[in-house]
Amino acid sequence: MATTTIHSGQERVNYLNVRTSVASWLLTLDHKRIGILYLLGITFFFFLGSLAAAAIRLELSTPKGDLLSSDTYNKMFTIHGVLMIFFFLIPSIPAAFGNFVLPMMIGARDVAFPRLNLLSWYFFMIGGVLATIALLKGGIDTGWTFYTPYSSAFAKGEVSLAIVGVFLVGFSSIFTGINFLVTVHKMRAPGMTWFRLPLFVWAIYATSLIQVLGTPVVAITLLLVAVERSLGIGIFDPNRGGDPILFQHLFWFYSHPAVYIMILPAMGVISEVIATFSRRRVFGYHFVAFSSLAIAIIGFLVWGHHMFSTGQSIYAGLVFSFLTFLVAIPSAIKTFNWMATIWKGRVHWDAPMIYALGFLGLFVIGGLTGLHLASLATNVHLTDTYFVVAHFHYVMVGGAIMGYLAALHYWWPKMTGKMYPQSWAKLAALLVFVGFNLTFFPQFILGYMGMPRRYHSYPEEWWALNLLSSAGASVLALGYLLPAIYLVWSLKYGTAAGKNPWGARGLEWELVDTLPSPHNFERTPIVTRPAYDYAHPEEPTAIYPAPRPVFAGGGKDG
Amino acid sequence: MWRIPFFPPTASKEGEAISLLYWTISALAIVFGAIVLFGAIYLAVKYRASNDAVRRDDAPETDLRLELGWTIIPLVLALVIFAWAAKLYGDIYTPREGAYEVFVIGKQWMWHCQHPSGIRENNELHLPAGRLVKVTAISQDVIHAFSIPAFRIKRDVVPGRYNSMFFTPTQPGKYHLFCTEYCGTKHSEMIGWVYVMEPEEFEQWLAQGGKGGATTALSLEEQGKQVFEGVGACSTCHMNPNSAVKAPDLRGLFGSKVKLADGRTVTADEAYIRESILNPAAKVVAGYQPQMPPYQGVLNEEQIIQLTAYIKSLAKEKPAGGM
Repeated sequence: MATTTIHSGQERVNYLNVRTSVASWLLTLDHKRIGILYLLGITFFFFLGSLAAAAIRLELSTPKGDLLSSDTYNKMFTIHGVLMIFFFLIPSIPAAFGNFVLPMMIGARDVAFPRLNLLSWYFFMIGGVLATIALLKGGIDTGWTFYTPYSSAFAKGEVSLAIVGVFLVGFSSIFTGINFLVTVHKMRAPGMTWFRLPLFVWAIYATSLIQVLGTPVVAITLLLVAVERSLGIGIFDPNRGGDPILFQHLFWFYSHPAVYIMILPAMGVISEVIATFSRRRVFGYHFVAFSSLAIAIIGFLVWGHHMFSTGQSIYAGLVFSFLTFLVAIPSAIKTFNWMATIWKGRVHWDAPMIYALGFLGLFVIGGLTGLHLASLATNVHLTDTYFVVAHFHYVMVGGAIMGYLAALHYWWPKMTGKMYPQSWAKLAALLVFVGFNLTFFPQFILGYMGMPRRYHSYPEEWWALNLLSSAGASVLALGYLLPAIYLVWSLKYGTAAGKNPWGARGLEWELVDTLPSPHNFERTPIVTRPAYDYAHPEEPTAIYPAPRPVFAGGGKDG
Repeated sequence: MWRIPFFPPTASKEGEAISLLYWTISALAIVFGAIVLFGAIYLAVKYRASNDAVRRDDAPETDLRLELGWTIIPLVLALVIFAWAAKLYGDIYTPREGAYEVFVIGKQWMWHCQHPSGIRENNELHLPAGRLVKVTAISQDVIHAFSIPAFRIKRDVVPGRYNSMFFTPTQPGKYHLFCTEYCGTKHSEMIGWVYVMEPEEFEQWLAQGGKGGATTALSLEEQGKQVFEGVGACSTCHMNPNSAVKAPDLRGLFGSKVKLADGRTVTADEAYIRESILNPAAKVVAGYQPQMPPYQGVLNEEQIIQLTAYIKSLAKEKPAGGM
């Protein structure tokens, strides 16, 4: 109803200045504002999770458990895992950048269910606050995996409250997933066929499938742990007739696919960034698009590879190992296609591209060390050691966070209207890459030597490598701190970004203003070209149809 | 000055095979990792925007041969690794006869090991070199994991079920023993040492009743007999001709097929014996009434292992009477 008239000389109306009250943010239905709200929320939880990581690395810089008590140490790695996984990594790219750019990419003015979108943010924040209260008030020491019967019958503290928090954030994730699925199906602009979609949309679509199908399982499973704790009903505790291994099956049925919730959106970002900064259509578009779906589908059938040493049958182990090798192939396909995109491209070494190259370097190490863990016999030796810790940090931190930083640097001008200093951003990317490798590569060696994860103290002979890892973590911390400084700095002092500072193809760059207007587009656009059409710079990807003629006097039958 | 190791010692036959596999996968990973990392940087430099000396106008949008190539080659390599690793996995987890059998009980936060001779050790395990060893493990509380990195083997130690694994120590020496499944406050103190000894040395150690550990003159099955007649009071009904209650004869039981009251047939293995002690009503033998009281909370895992050893020792005897 509210119409805004623009007087000459006045600033153009955009999604930020259209309304500025606090209430206008807390009650917003604009997908871009909700994306920003998510960005603020996940940054907060990332900061808390990082503090816990700092405490862990400080403790491990000496072999003896001398800085923290054992209980405090156990609470620290639980805080770190719960916050980073459920409240940072899982919502990070889909909820923040998916919300901000996905509707623009497909030519829509918003997501399909804007109110559900806002509700999902509230579920996320309430869940996050409850979990944080549980973690700080006395703390919990179950680890983020909540393994039974420890979590259900032995652990003290606010386990149930933390579970309620994770339960709520799970529903937030389901809401976001439903929203994106319906948005991609129903709200694509005319001419935006499935194979004209940017690969980021394919990646988010595959991610949403996992969120909708997998999350209910972990939500119910964790609720069963809370039920066992509070009502004493035997579900997982063998002393009450339950089965502790059943919990692991149910937990990993979600939590393995959850890894793909983290990495698939990052892969989508990398496809966008590499195409843009190579000025070239992503090589083998169809293979990259379908590999996202393949990962989402096969990813549901590999959960048992977390349980090769639990006593599950050897035949189950064979099947899960085989499927795990299979799920590695689509990731390999993506990687080679990205390289082929750079090949014969026109490569611009801007900051987002440096992050994308960093992603490639770290993700490939994470992926290839997955082979050691997919192999049954080596898995037995390496499981529950620092080898696993290093492996999943390479995938989830090296992969997902590098992708997240690439996205942040890529879409920052569109979101804020400002450019950040390129040289600082490149330095930060380099620091993250070097700091990351210093922190986590020594952990592969420690893991092969047998250092168990979640150890508060360790034998003397592993001191040097642990010290190196802790030193690397401080370089990594600096690499994370820098963007926080120069990005905030750019809000006030950055140069104004034009509509398309990178010279990128895509509706969000070609049609949508920098600092997008509240409804993104003037009118519903008509898409005429496939994504990444760098080969035809003269052809716009989408056009606005001519406005309908308005007849004086109005009525057709007048 | 500092001795900084980068590799674990390799002290078992299975460990040698697994190490070879590990380094083969690592070599593959290094080759492919280098191709991607240096390949991407090389291409990004070569095709930098300012370089106009390279051809770009012939760039294809896709190429089926390339796609098939980088799908099939990794797939074939993956399948080879899969099969190789699966074979070695079978070697450590497939049940077989003739091993030196040790029972391990995990509890917050210590390891308790029992030898067939009756020797008990805490947070230490002595083993002979050159002989196949079977470790059967169970937990008394939460899930633990029994890990000996020098042997490259590990098994989760789960409450309520026996898990076992097989390995052959080769190199005499002293090796780390860890709990690798998070189990609460003192998880990182649930550690110990494994001593591999020359066979003669080990025999001597056994003959002396161990060193340092709690020694006992009785073998495992003799300890089981004590429980059977003592704290368990099993002998009140089982194999007591004067008993008022009719209870199954346990002679010749272990390893045999048992017909149940509900028509099923089960093999009398360790898991069956354990369940029938703790929760006798779960599987009632055909022809008997469910009269036995459950021993859940009465006997601990150690006593159950002793009882099982005793019942195993009765396997060679013939049951009395017509049953």
